[in-house]
Amino acid sequence: MVTYIIRRLVGALVMLAVVSMVTFSIFFVVPRLAGVTATDFANRYVGRAATQETVVEVTKKLGLDDPVVVQYGRWVKGIFVGAEFDYGAGVEHCPAPCFGYSFVTKKPVWPELLDRLPVTLSLAAGASVIWLLAGVSVGVLSALKRGSVFDRGAMMIALSGVSLPPFFTGLIALSLFSYGLRITAPGGAYVPLTENPVEWAYSLILPWLTLAFLNAAAYARLTRAGMLETMGEDYIRTARAKGLRESKVIAKHGLRAALTPIVTIFGLDVGILLGGAILTENVFSLPGLGKYATGAISTQDLPKIMGFTMLAAFFIVMANLVVDLLYAVVDPRVRLS
Amino acid sequence: MTEHFLDVKNLQIHFPTDDGLVRSVDGLSFQLERGKTLGIVGESGSGKSVTSLGILGLHKGGRAKISGEIWLDGEELVSAGAEHVRKLRGKKMAMIFQDPLSAMHPYYTVGDQIIEAYRIHHKVAKKVARKHAVDLLGRVGIPQPDKRVDSYPHEFSGGMRQRAMIAMALSCDPTLLIADEPTTALDVTVQAQILDLMRDLQRDFDAALIIITHDLGVVAELADDILVMYGGKAIEYGTAEDIFERPEHPYTWGLLGSMPRLDREPTERLLPIKGSPPSLINVPAGCAFHPRCVFEGRTGGKANTEVPELAETEGGHLVRCHLPREERRAIWANEIKPNLESA
Repeated sequence: MVTYIIRRLVGALVMLAVVSMVTFSIFFVVPRLAGVTATDFANRYVGRAATQETVVEVTKKLGLDDPVVVQYGRWVKGIFVGAEFDYGAGVEHCPAPCFGYSFVTKKPVWPELLDRLPVTLSLAAGASVIWLLAGVSVGVLSALKRGSVFDRGAMMIALSGVSLPPFFTGLIALSLFSYGLRITAPGGAYVPLTENPVEWAYSLILPWLTLAFLNAAAYARLTRAGMLETMGEDYIRTARAKGLRESKVIAKHGLRAALTPIVTIFGLDVGILLGGAILTENVFSLPGLGKYATGAISTQDLPKIMGFTMLAAFFIVMANLVVDLLYAVVDPRVRLS
Repeated sequence: MTEHFLDVKNLQIHFPTDDGLVRSVDGLSFQLERGKTLGIVGESGSGKSVTSLGILGLHKGGRAKISGEIWLDGEELVSAGAEHVRKLRGKKMAMIFQDPLSAMHPYYTVGDQIIEAYRIHHKVAKKVARKHAVDLLGRVGIPQPDKRVDSYPHEFSGGMRQRAMIAMALSCDPTLLIADEPTTALDVTVQAQILDLMRDLQRDFDAALIIITHDLGVVAELADDILVMYGGKAIEYGTAEDIFERPEHPYTWGLLGSMPRLDREPTERLLPIKGSPPSLINVPAGCAFHPRCVFEGRTGGKANTEVPELAETEGGHLVRCHLPREERRAIWANEIKPNLESA
């Protein structure tokens, strides 16, 4: 068990290393191949007004004309032990984990990422609870009343939920509930949990529901299929033959088995979500990681994009690890070795 | 009312489907006393498993149509409320299923599943139920029951699983025990052990036992009475001696002929029944067995027009066949029996 965890942790680190290489290559090697020079990168730091000499000097100081491998090594070193930056206006220390300085704000990327994280965490936590509860309960009811009006209706709504992107449902919800009926907070009204929990929930309820609708639909379909399968298993008949109440047969024997794949997918989905719900955060102007990423992309702010990518990759790799460990808890037939 | 412990009268279980009405069980009657064993024998699709599920009230949901009477210890079950039957399930009547690996929940320990079965009908603390579970596991011959009680079904061997399944079925001292193909999924060596175990336990518990099987060999030693089913109907019903010594239905002859026996020459071929069991939607007109019956031509054309009655031939031995009684006996004595014993 312990060796298994260690092996998986090492695997996770290797995975992150690969992600870092690929990310670095995409942003520093590929542009070079396309003809972008080292001074072009330096230009991004110093701004348009700088003279040619300053640009050359900054290029040298930041080591932008060093071989790519050296630059990659410096970037990775920065993540672990921090780095010194010198772009003309004096040496600045960037403590570990250092993902470099933003081209635009000239501030270290990591504190900015940390700043955005609570927003994304809040969004993910609320939405995931809603979609898990709603999706699983609708799925179970649908399976038990298979072919009924409820089942058909629920599955039709689920199909639309899976098909409609948040920039459609979110905007409709905003115009309906926030600007039409005025019962929910308008976009961009995020209040931190530590400031006022009630306001926090109020400001997030619509994004939660929008995001939950998308995923609940998928979970409802998944749960329904799982329940239909497990309720036909022999062990369900055994449970009934014992004289167990039907409600207990469903919850303790049927749902218990049907939930296993749900737990797996839930873990992965939450992992992905922690890397930022890009569409939902943008629709509702939530200052989370997803919005941060789109902002960085539109200003071509490479250090930001790379920092965000690494953080998102970290969450996904960790979620995978947690899911694998959890699987052995959920299904006793799985032995970790 | 009835004086029998279990009395099934004209039981019919029909399933309406898109392709037509499936008459899984079509007018079945039999009786059973405590301490006695009934073997229900038939091929797949003969309605034997549906019969057992019907007795427990487990035939699938609202779609199945059940009629007739099932009297258990003075209570009629077909007309009884679903909740009442549920309370009898597990307590008064219990079932042992065919494949213990799929019949036990993979996510709960064997002990938990026995404890659950016990606590449904007994309001006791978990500790008490656990001790009961350990006792039961020991009783069905599982070594180190106090340790194995915490094992999962997949950690047991096939034979151990079936023992655990039996322990679960016995947890509430049922007076009617139904075993649906209890040994089919097991190795031959384990089969005999399980059958021995069931015989011993039945004696201890003084339960009425129904063994459902496609294998006459399984019931040969255990059963007091044997009911042979074909196409949802009983086609021969009598004591074990009647069925093995004086069988009168061509289908029973076929079953006996296709049973491997140690007292026959190993080089000799088995005598399989040609053809396959009838679809329960389009049951052949007349005698359901006539398309596969070697003696169909000797019925004077009645085989495919008239459904034969289940008629008494002698001393409670019932046979559903158009052939005249004397002719059946003559065929058995002159054509079938010598073949079976030709070794």
